[in-house]
Amino acid sequence: MNPNYLDFEQPIAELEVKIEELQLVGSDNDLNISAEIETLREKSSKLTEKIYSNLSAWDIVKVARHPQRPYTMDYIPRIFSEFDELHGDRHFADDNAIVGGIARLDDKPIMVIGQEKGRAVKDKVMRNFGMPKPEGYRKALRLMEMAERFKLPVVTLIDTPGAYPGIDSEERGISESIAQNLAVMSRLATPIISIVIGEGSSGGALGIGVGDHLAMLQYSTYFVISPEGCANIIWKSSENAPDAAEAMGVTSDILKDMGIVDATIEEPMGGAHRDVDLISERIKAHIAAELTVLEQLPVEDMLAKRYQRLMSYGN
Amino acid sequence: MSWIDKILPSGVRTGEGEKRASVPEGLWKKCVKCEAVLYRPDLERNDDVCPKCDHHMRIGARRRLDVFLDEEGREEVFTDIEPVDRLKFKDKKRYRDRLTAAQKSTGEKDALIAMRGTLQGLPVVVVAFEFKFHGGSMGYAVGEKFTRAAQLSLAENIPLVCFSASGGARMQEALISLMQMAKTSAVIERMKQQSVPYISVMTDPIYGGVSASLALLGDINVAEPDARAGFAGPNIIEQTIRQKLPKGFQRSEFLLEHGAIDMIVHRNDMRDTLARILSKLSHQALNHSEQEQEQEQRETEDGADVEAIEVDE
Repeated sequence: MNPNYLDFEQPIAELEVKIEELQLVGSDNDLNISAEIETLREKSSKLTEKIYSNLSAWDIVKVARHPQRPYTMDYIPRIFSEFDELHGDRHFADDNAIVGGIARLDDKPIMVIGQEKGRAVKDKVMRNFGMPKPEGYRKALRLMEMAERFKLPVVTLIDTPGAYPGIDSEERGISESIAQNLAVMSRLATPIISIVIGEGSSGGALGIGVGDHLAMLQYSTYFVISPEGCANIIWKSSENAPDAAEAMGVTSDILKDMGIVDATIEEPMGGAHRDVDLISERIKAHIAAELTVLEQLPVEDMLAKRYQRLMSYGN
Repeated sequence: MSWIDKILPSGVRTGEGEKRASVPEGLWKKCVKCEAVLYRPDLERNDDVCPKCDHHMRIGARRRLDVFLDEEGREEVFTDIEPVDRLKFKDKKRYRDRLTAAQKSTGEKDALIAMRGTLQGLPVVVVAFEFKFHGGSMGYAVGEKFTRAAQLSLAENIPLVCFSASGGARMQEALISLMQMAKTSAVIERMKQQSVPYISVMTDPIYGGVSASLALLGDINVAEPDARAGFAGPNIIEQTIRQKLPKGFQRSEFLLEHGAIDMIVHRNDMRDTLARILSKLSHQALNHSEQEQEQEQRETEDGADVEAIEVDE
């Protein structure tokens, strides 16, 4: 099995391997070979289209967790400029699972906050696999309050397997740190736009996800408990994770239909990782458009709308 | 591993009642902690706290409200709120059927009960979680009722008290449950901004989404002795860190030590303590009932404070 492709993508992987082989052979400019490559490319893209038009909820969970999926640190330099990272919660530590700082979206100064899983093994360890501890949420809160003071809109990028379940996390009050963010974000007097870019897992995701506009990338997921966790509890076996993913409605299309998510951002064929620049462009355009709308509202109206929306969940 | 570790899975679903000792229901009840066989009327008189070892047994929402509020002038509110199965969730059984079963066995529509009434004469709105209803989990109905209770507090400028006991967000309502965290936190924040007091009382157990929202946002956070509260269940943490958890981890005493709560309050003292605090926060005098005055008189005379009973380990 090709590790760069997911299990349901293996037929695509086989074609891509063939294309690569032919490219190696075809260095002598053989016309037949380039024609063959062209046919295979077409076949591969058709196959991708076919596979991706029929993904199960569980397949989408896998795409959202794809090892090559773009993370916050891939997006920040592509969407923003002049990113100055700010560190620390001023109480205990700097949590590398949450990245934050001031940047520009075109000319506009913005506070960007995102969860980062880390790419290489060393990086993943440094980022705690994107599982924030209380100091991460408190850093985010500090930056959001700063954004309010200096009238900077807040953009958050959500991508976490969950807040860190550990002894130190509990000792320092992980529950309170998340709860506090939910409370303050409900009334922070500056626009807040949140985008789920990969995995939005439960309270750990929501802890930076309350605001005026919530968007999801097409193949990102958002759930109250991981499908594995849900399967373990209800079905008594994590093997039922695909069933749990199906039952909980974890995908962007369903959440959009339910009105929990405001918008979905279409991904390149085969997922965001196939064309990071393209998806970054689309995210950037989406943020810019939504900010324009939000900034036209008087702050009190924006806050009233935000509160109204919070109160309406489930109605 | 203590008994509670064994019965507390990540979601904390098992009701204490089911695993209870082998003494038949009736006049006698066995304490789950010290195993003393207790005379039921004695136990009830002591607010379901074991007179021998001081273990605070889990009690239902109605009993909780009954022992907490003044006898006169109570009124249950927001009784019309019903759970909604937006996802038509189905595992081995349909969620709708599970709801019906839970409604039948508990006699409640969902896991939160709200009442308005008085506490030693102070007007209050009180909500209590029914742990036997789906492990006290928070879905739409719980979030909505909590929110409306808080809105009532706001509208009438009277304090809100919440007794929580919950395994967390309700999985079967998926993201709607998650968003109840944001909703309840938002209304609490509004109370804070308008200086309407909110006291959160954590009773065994509080986990997950309820812990990471309404339970830890009190102006005053209180816990009953030896209650368990945390974000992640002990099993999940043990699996993640591959270590045994220290003794007393996530218990009330641990929460107090780490600064998460203001105080641990014995169930027998809950009324007095909360009334005293609320009286100060709202600048209003208390109005003790005659019965309570007599009780206080007696306690002063013979010094028989319940907390003086030795706690067996």
